This record gives sequence, C-alpha cells and structure tokens, in this order.
Amino acid sequence: MRPSPARLLNILVPVKRAVDYAVKIRVNPQQTGVDLNVKHSMNPFDEIAVEEAVRIRERLPKGSEPINITALTIGPPKSIETLRTALAMGADTAIHVEIPESAPAPEPLGVAKAIRAIIEKHKDKEGVDMVILGKQSIDDDLGQTGQMIAGLLGWGQATYASKIDLNLEQKNAVVTREIDGGLEQVRVKFPMIITTDLRLNEPRYASLPNIMKAKKKPVTKLTPADLGVSFEPQMEILKVTEPPKRVGGAKVESVDELVEKLKAAGFNAV
Amino acid sequence: MLRTTQSRISLSSLHLRHSTPRAHCYRRAYATSYTSLSSRYETYYGGSIKTFYNSTLTGLSPAENEFREAVWEFSARVVKPKSEVIEREGGDSETHEYKTLIEVHKEMAEMGLHGVTVPTEDLTSSLGLGLSYTHHLLAMEAISYSSASLALSYGAHSNLCVNQLSRWGSDDQRAQWIPGLLDGTYIGALAMSETGAGSDVLGSMMTVTKKVDDGYVLNGNKFWITNGPKADVFVVYARDVVEPGAKQTYTTFLVPRTTPGFSTGKPLDKFGMRGSPTCELIFEDVFLPSTSVLGDPVSLQGKGAKILMSGLDLERLVLSGGPLGIMQAAYDTAVDYVHQREQFGVRVGTIGSMQAKLAEMYTKVNTARTFVYAVARAVDYHNAEAQKQGLGPKDKGYTYPPFQRRDCAAAIMYATDKAIEVAMECMQCLGGNGYINDYPAARYLADARLYAVGAGTQEVRRWLIGREVNSDFE
Repeated sequence: MRPSPARLLNILVPVKRAVDYAVKIRVNPQQTGVDLNVKHSMNPFDEIAVEEAVRIRERLPKGSEPINITALTIGPPKSIETLRTALAMGADTAIHVEIPESAPAPEPLGVAKAIRAIIEKHKDKEGVDMVILGKQSIDDDLGQTGQMIAGLLGWGQATYASKIDLNLEQKNAVVTREIDGGLEQVRVKFPMIITTDLRLNEPRYASLPNIMKAKKKPVTKLTPADLGVSFEPQMEILKVTEPPKRVGGAKVESVDELVEKLKAAGFNAV
Repeated sequence: MLRTTQSRISLSSLHLRHSTPRAHCYRRAYATSYTSLSSRYETYYGGSIKTFYNSTLTGLSPAENEFREAVWEFSARVVKPKSEVIEREGGDSETHEYKTLIEVHKEMAEMGLHGVTVPTEDLTSSLGLGLSYTHHLLAMEAISYSSASLALSYGAHSNLCVNQLSRWGSDDQRAQWIPGLLDGTYIGALAMSETGAGSDVLGSMMTVTKKVDDGYVLNGNKFWITNGPKADVFVVYARDVVEPGAKQTYTTFLVPRTTPGFSTGKPLDKFGMRGSPTCELIFEDVFLPSTSVLGDPVSLQGKGAKILMSGLDLERLVLSGGPLGIMQAAYDTAVDYVHQREQFGVRVGTIGSMQAKLAEMYTKVNTARTFVYAVARAVDYHNAEAQKQGLGPKDKGYTYPPFQRRDCAAAIMYATDKAIEVAMECMQCLGGNGYINDYPAARYLADARLYAVGAGTQEVRRWLIGREVNSDFE
C-alpha cells in the first residue's frame, strides 16, 4: 500500500470582481452608487494575491510538498470570469459562491463569515493553511475583509504585505508590511491571513494556452444557504455624490493680499 | 518619411486615467469577458486602446468573445506601444534588423498566438491551440488594429507558413519545424509570387525544380515575399520539369534559409506596411533532398497546385482580419478627432456633412466585419463536419465545400475595398492633420492599400468569384 502523500499546503485566494480601474465612473441617477454598466475585472490587489500564491508554489524546491491554490469569489453569475482569470494565472481549483444578479454587493463582514464557513467545511478534508487576498478592493476601499477573517477564525494576520518569506519547516512566515512609518516585519504562524499591498509583485498576464487550460479546471458552485451565511447588508448607503468640481483660483500680487483673502474666506491665524 | 510621435493636440483624451502601470496606484486590469454590452466602447490595458468596436453584431460565442478580448488586451499592452518603432525600423534603409518586430514575434509566441489553428495534440508540439479559423481571424484583426505591418508578418508566419506546414507537412517536417515556429525561435514565410508571376502565379511561374538522383534542384526567383529578409524557413512553390506534352505539375518544398544556393535580396522600400520586412528570394542551383518536399515525397510530389490553392482560401479568410483591424482603427481615430476639433463654435463631428461621413464609415466597418465573420463561421463549420467523418484535405473522400472559394475571396475583397474607403475618409475627417505623419491616418491608408494587391489582387478575386458563380451553370 502506498504511503499517504505529504500533506498539501492549501492556499485560499478570495478574489473580487470590481469595476475596472480605468473606467471613468459616474454616479447613478438615484445617487445611491455608481453606474455599474461598465467594464469589470479582478480587483488589482487580488491579482497580486493570486500571483503571490502562484509564486509561492514556483519558489518551492522541486519535490517538496505539493500546493493546492483555490480561488474563491462571491458574486453574481458573471463573477465566474474572475475565477477563470485566477485559474488562467495558475490557481488549481475555484469556488463560486453565487448570489443573484440583483443582490447588493456583499459587505466585508458577510464575506468574512462566508470564508470562515468555507474554511470550516475544508477542515474535514485537508484544511486551509493560508488565506491571501488583496488589502482592499478598489470599488469600496473598505480594507476590512482580511482583518475580519482573522478575527473570526482567531488566526494570525499580516496585512499590507510587500514581501513574504515562508518557512515551511517552522510553519511560519516572515512578512514585511508597508506601514505609514516605513516597513515593518512580523512573524506569523500557520494558519495565517495575508493581505497584499501594491509592491508585493507584478502579476503575470495569462497566455492563451493557460486561458484554455483554465476552462478545464474544476469550479465548485455554492449558494449562501450551503454555507449557512446571509449577505444581508448591515450598512445603508444614504447618498453618493461626485466630489465638488474644482473652481478656478485667483492669483494674488503679494503676501498681504493672500492673508487678506484667507481671512475673508474664514481662515484665521492659529 | 519616418513617422514622428503623435502631436499633443490629439487623441490622448482617450486615455482615461491611464498611466504606466508601475507608476500608477492601481495595476493593469485583466480584460474580462464583457458581453453585458452596455457601454458604447471597449477599453483595453487601462484605456490604451479605446475602440468603438460593436460587439453586439459579431455573433461570437462567449468563448470566442473571451478569446477576442484576450487578444485585444495583448494588442493594447504589447503591440500598440511598439507600433511606431516597428514602422521606423522597417523604414530604416541603413540597417535592416527589424529588432522590435522580432521581439514582439517572441512575445506573441509566449502568448500562444502562432499556433492558433495547429492541433494541440500534434505529435510535435504542445503549443498549438487547436482552435478555429474564426479565432485566428480574431487574433489577426486585433493585432492589425495596433500595427498592420506586424499583423501582415504575423499572418504570413502563422497562417501562410505554419498552417500549411501543419496541414500538409510530414511528421518529421512538423517535428523539425513546428516547435520552433510556435515558440518564437523561427520565423516562417511562404513564397509563390515572382516578378513575372503574380495573378497568373501558376501559369507564369519560372522557378523550376528538376528531379535529380536523391532530390531536386531549384532555380529561380520569388518576389514580394513577406518576412523574406528574416525568415528561417520558407514554404516554396516551384514548377516541375515535365516531359513535353505532359501535364504541368508543381511541387511544394520546405526550404531552410541555410540551404546553399539560397539567398535573399535587399528589403523592398514599400509605400505602406513599412514595418513588415519584404524581399526577393534567389535560388541558384539549390539542391533539396527528397525529404524537403512538403508532406509525403511520393504522394505529394507534383501536387503543389492543390496545396497552393487549398491554402489560398484560408489565407484570404485569415488575412481579412488585416483590413478589418485597420478599418476599426481608422474609424476610432476619425470619430474621436471630430469630437475634439471645434470650428464655428461646435465640434466638427456635429456638422451634417461630417455626420454623413461617420455614418458611412460606421456602416462599412460593421458590414465588412459581419460578412467576414460569417464566412469564417461557415469555413469552421465545414471543417468540423469533415473532421467528424475523419476526413482531412489530404483524404480521398474529402469534398470541397461548394461556397468556400467564392466566399473567402469575397470576404477579403469586400473588407479591403471598405478598409481603403474608410481609411481615405479618416484622412479627410482629420483635415490638414490627416496629411501629417504625426497622425496615423496616412499610415492607415497606406497599410490598407496593400490588401488590394497582397494575398491576391482585387481583380483576381472578382474574376474568381465570377468564375465560381458561373460554374454553378455548367
């Protein structure tokens, strides 16, 4: 009888389908959000996460533990395209938690709870060792999901990662984080949550052969009911408006005039 | 005659929040399938390409659309930034290195573009995608949008050379050449035309091949050969030496550049498609072993005409992507310009006579595209049906689809006519600026013009379609 294979390192990469960064967004007529009838693509920070997972696999010496990378998305039917992108970049399998087209976008707490549910489902199989995702998504810029998952699961987290050094023997990672003051290094044990920052890597472009291979990779469909979670919004958006249009300024001839104008506008000396 | 960089007064309001990805806060976004079709234009690579391509009319399947968006993204990301350099290097009469063209050739190989129609399980290579002619056409159109010259070289390499080799080559020939042709190591070319043999390519062919003991000796010249200056291997058609009174036959050969007696002339100084290398080929007592006959040296010797003719339909079809891409680029340029230029206090695009021009251009672009795509679909359908019965063009039971010849000829004939008209009108829409090489209008027109004589002339296409129609009455 064959000895059982070495335990897989399982990486879960949640990705989000968001409005493409290059789109010129417009507020919708109801002022409840932006016009979503525009081009969408994978959240750029999530692309960085997928790329890092693939690089982790590539960095491992040959013959070491095989890695399984699972991409995950929560979204309407169209979100499958985002998963295909992740699969084309190198993910092995994918999970699509499908919500109706008309449903509001899930909020971070709902997403985090769903991810917890998925991880708990996997516990009976080989478990998830690492969740790596973007630090924030470019549509809402909330930047909460990663931290919430860590909180709910009680796992260690390393956010705003710009460098990840895994140590599989010691079962930890040293992560360099980008913080306001500069860079900080933390050591975090498995299992862990990592959120990616811009300078972590530059994601690869999928070639046509990879795009075609991705079509054959398995995608599991789940519903919120399967996970026992609800994506009922906790927040109500009251109003969305564009920032005020810039008005032209005026030139002043001297410092005194500047001070006068500032005072007239209501700015007083501190 | 060299193009300088585009002037500032121009088309750059297209570029939304675009800046080079590394500098910008957010990285490039991967184009995803975008069949919601609610936006009137498509953007690729952060707005580097903004096109009014109307995808509601194409009838493409979701998978084909995904493919299309992937190749347009590639075109925006890789080809467009280099299109000016490619033109400039091609126009350089001192050094003929075509450095950037070769670089992009390799990048296209990495993307998997060279073997679109090569079967995946081809015993020779795993880089073939095994996709249809529709896919190849889509790739050709996307590349042509950014650089018509590169697309021409790409078409000559991937369809004229690679596809013929893939369809007719022997196992050994394919094993020897296909991997390198697909992974970017080699550039391929195909040679049938001669200075004295253009439209009457078979009747007037003077390049002769004489059977000798263990092979053939080839003598003659070929002209107007795309990729000639840089190709590593050539598919060459030659007239056989036959007994007087016997039927004239032709044979197809695979000639590596390194064959003794083979040489190439200086690159031709062309009006358009300047980024694509073109030259004369010279064969002086070139000895070719029997294994050089494309395919089986016994059964395919003397079958050159059949190989040539069968390839022409598919060449016309795939190369139709060339004028389609140029036409869309010309339309996008024109429509954007006329909404930036203001005269008499209004954007000139809103003036009636200009609106009429836009209407004509819009209709031509979309009718040509719809027709070409329909022909591609028909060709693919017949191929698929034949494959189901296990028949290929080499097999006895293979029947030629009755409309294929006339439809493929009509596709490129129509697309070319419309592309030249649209490019001409684009130049007019740009007014005086259309006449300056800072703007792309002149290049579109010069490039489009090639298709009226390249891959066949308009006159031959018309004659051929007429002949096919008439054959229904015999």
